[in-house]
Amino acid sequence: MEKAQENPLKVDPGFSDLVQTSASLNVNACFQCRKCTNGCPVTFAMDIYPDQVIRLVLLGQKERVLKCCTIWVCSACETCTTRCPNEVDIAGTMDALKEMAVKEGIEIPQPKTYAFHKAFLDDIGKRGRMFEGKLMQSYLLNSGELFRKVADGSIKEEISLGWNMFKRGRLPLLPKGIKAKKEVKEILR
Amino acid sequence: MKVSYYPGCSLEGSARDYQESVEGVCKRLGIELVELEDWNCCGATAAHSLKHRASIELPGRNLVLGENAGHDLVVPCPMCFNRLKTAEKALLKEPTGQYRYTIKGNVRIWDLADFMAREEVLELIASKVTNPLKGVKAVCYYGCMTSRPPKITDAKNCESPVSMDRIVERLGAEAIDWPYKTDCCGASHVVDRPDMVFKMVGKLYQRALEVGANCIVVSCQMCQANLDMYQDKIGEQMGRAVYLPIIYFTELVGLAMKERQVETWLSRHFVDPLKFFGDQGLLA
Repeated sequence: MEKAQENPLKVDPGFSDLVQTSASLNVNACFQCRKCTNGCPVTFAMDIYPDQVIRLVLLGQKERVLKCCTIWVCSACETCTTRCPNEVDIAGTMDALKEMAVKEGIEIPQPKTYAFHKAFLDDIGKRGRMFEGKLMQSYLLNSGELFRKVADGSIKEEISLGWNMFKRGRLPLLPKGIKAKKEVKEILR
Repeated sequence: MKVSYYPGCSLEGSARDYQESVEGVCKRLGIELVELEDWNCCGATAAHSLKHRASIELPGRNLVLGENAGHDLVVPCPMCFNRLKTAEKALLKEPTGQYRYTIKGNVRIWDLADFMAREEVLELIASKVTNPLKGVKAVCYYGCMTSRPPKITDAKNCESPVSMDRIVERLGAEAIDWPYKTDCCGASHVVDRPDMVFKMVGKLYQRALEVGANCIVVSCQMCQANLDMYQDKIGEQMGRAVYLPIIYFTELVGLAMKERQVETWLSRHFVDPLKFFGDQGLLA
């Protein structure tokens, strides 16, 4: 009891409502059957399980869920959302939490995953379509992976992969843009 | 048969083999693909991970283009298909004014494999098979996005889809049933967490080999890339040699119809399918 007072859990009682605002996620319907976690193909890479994420949302444990790896290693395969007997959109909740974590400036525990998503959206913003060559360049730069790979020599693998793609005609050198670039940029604002 | 066509960004790049085989095979079957004028990227995983509104509006814009064109919309990329369907459901739900586009919902969005697995197209395909694919023992690997969640995809049997199995059987190949049809390959985590993807793909190889498959047939370019590009490395991690060509179902249709360009499409893969089909005596 004493210990709890020393380090009280911060509870955000309106958190589960907040998480629902961006889409109809239905988190409040969870009765903890754990079907989501049992079917999840990436629990091996998670720090807390999907059912625990939902439970913590309901308990108002905002900080804990916004800081967890789970929301970022979720591969959005939608198995959990499909199988939930109460129609909780678990995968959608992972997305809402990621979006919230970024908005609130939380330090992201999977920075490379975030860097990739960010590079992807920035790339679409430029031409209205994604261009793989440029996307990989900016991801490698922004994530710091370029420097790491140069330093440890693994950049060779990256170059060889790129060369092999190019040789097979699968790495065009020039991107295709669309006419409605401005409209797409607006959407991404 | 005239349909609108949304190829998606990766078909213009790394999935050129898919693009060429989709377009080649449809032409041969008399399916006229009319590319949506000035289509934009669907936003894929990035948009739904970081910007919910954009994840609806990016595909939403394409849906408006599709409705202006007026035909059914055929989508070869499962990711794009899923995002277009998600946007369709969200935009039709209730006009809350939350999103910048409105649609009528009068255009049917098709996953290409489902479109081609309808009886009328299957019969058309079967009538053109001049090179029955004897000796090909395939497991069809559907991945996630054409199936799940069924509320979005309208998939009839999301745990065990059969579209590609039906097509493969009509080509004279054997489609082996297996339990990993819709298990996830890890998708774009291959960029930021390749360790995860290698583990997930390793499981798929293991099971495909156990059930006696000699190739894996796919309809998703993300699955194709993850299963095709790192096979040596993943095999090494598994401690065994793996040789499983990862073939797009459209390439298989092309091969069975003796489509001229099929060897060009297949030559773009990492795990060489030409050796495999050559050994089976299926190449001209």
